[in-house]
Amino acid sequence: MTRADVCVVACAEAWRGDGALLASPMGLIPRLGAQLAQLTFAPSLVLSDGEATLTYGDEVEGWLPYRAVFGVVAAGTRHVMMGASQIDRFGNQNISCVGDWSRPTRQLLGVRGAPGNTVNHTTSYWVPRHEPRVFVDHVDMVCGVGHDRGAVEIRVVVTNLAVLDFATPDRSMRLRSVHPGVSVAEVQAATGFPLTVPVEVPVTRSPTASESALIRDRLDPDGRREKEIR
Amino acid sequence: MTVMTVDDVVAELRDGMTVGIGGWGSRRKPMALVRAVCRAGLRDLTVVSYGGPDVGLLVAAGCVRRVVTGFVSLDSIPLEPHFRQARQRGTIELTEYDEGMLYWGLLAAANRLPFLPIRAGLGSDVPRVNPDLRTVLSPYPDGSELIAMPAVTLDAALVHLNRADRRGNARYLGPDPYFDDLFCLAARRRYVSCERLVSTAELVDGGPPQGLLLNRMMVDGVVETPHGAHFTSCVPDYDRDEGFQREYATADWDRFRATYLDGDEEHYQKAVAAR
Repeated sequence: MTRADVCVVACAEAWRGDGALLASPMGLIPRLGAQLAQLTFAPSLVLSDGEATLTYGDEVEGWLPYRAVFGVVAAGTRHVMMGASQIDRFGNQNISCVGDWSRPTRQLLGVRGAPGNTVNHTTSYWVPRHEPRVFVDHVDMVCGVGHDRGAVEIRVVVTNLAVLDFATPDRSMRLRSVHPGVSVAEVQAATGFPLTVPVEVPVTRSPTASESALIRDRLDPDGRREKEIR
Repeated sequence: MTVMTVDDVVAELRDGMTVGIGGWGSRRKPMALVRAVCRAGLRDLTVVSYGGPDVGLLVAAGCVRRVVTGFVSLDSIPLEPHFRQARQRGTIELTEYDEGMLYWGLLAAANRLPFLPIRAGLGSDVPRVNPDLRTVLSPYPDGSELIAMPAVTLDAALVHLNRADRRGNARYLGPDPYFDDLFCLAARRRYVSCERLVSTAELVDGGPPQGLLLNRMMVDGVVETPHGAHFTSCVPDYDRDEGFQREYATADWDRFRATYLDGDEEHYQKAVAAR
């Protein structure tokens, strides 16, 4: 079992209990997580190939072009796991640019669908490298909105070190679990704002034997997941 | 309705126009038309696009004053190098919308509405960077506040489909229509390039009726440009040319332009084939 395997399972857990809604993972490890969830404990989950085709396991089951995705977004029957170049303690996310928007020091992707996603349906985040320049006091451009700005639900933030959630009275970020071999202090040092830390911090669960086999033999036999967290 | 050349299309465009470009990211972009715009040296364009290398090429060639978009990406290469550089140097203006807002803006224009209400954008910094953006209150008992997404009206639309006939009916054969029909419906002048110009009978027989995305009411000019979406994907006719896209993304611009863009479209296709 590797750290990447733990991250895949932690991502999969984000969709537990979601029922028949569209899981939209951005990034390889979230994609493996969503596929693992569909194959195991969340069989109703709807997955696309990232383009217009809906897939169930290895089978094609439907058609969902981009314009129809926006209908699903508006209906709220979707749970996206996006990346975050910056994220703050209420879950405000930035993937647009670093620095002053009018002339950024680093132009990134753009807001994409993040504003619409976060005010319409559940959103989670995947951060492959947990560090203070990602977990910031204030993001430079609010793309995905956080709980203080009208988010429907920011469920979890999965990183290479830990799982974070928003189970606090003001729905700010809390440490839910640390991955095996990671200390609480390590997570705090990698986070650029004060994190709510429970007295007892559990360890993120490890993959079961059958989950490990699915990841290793079926979903990612080439081990591409290891490269995403480096 | 006329069958045109790429240069005929460009001759109908003017400096300062608002031009919508179909496709998505680095997928089914009307690149032959984009290359012709670059060659013609049009200036001060406002480009509306789910942005890919169409935006990058036009920006690098100095044709663009403003980009209207939710993202600019090459898909397999996440960040578009020329767009990125222009933003960081402050040489272009940007209207940044959520992807769904842009869809709604095209839909409003297509329906001759001044705006359409949408939740996307509320609470985010999109209104901060678009100070002209307004909200509306629902007149119904819910009373909710929504973004009033203004119509994105286009002077011209450029799209690329797999097949078209001489009248301007056109079909896509890949998995996604993207927003090409809306770009045409939102525009005053509409130009479609295609992989193959075929008879109407062949066009109709070439797939299910739902794939006939454009009809001749939505099109003013049609151009046959084989490999005209290169290096973006145009499935099932061809996939994205990843090797060429990497070259585009990493090459020195002046060298790239001299090698591929200074000649006409035929020269471009020969230079690509000779690599």
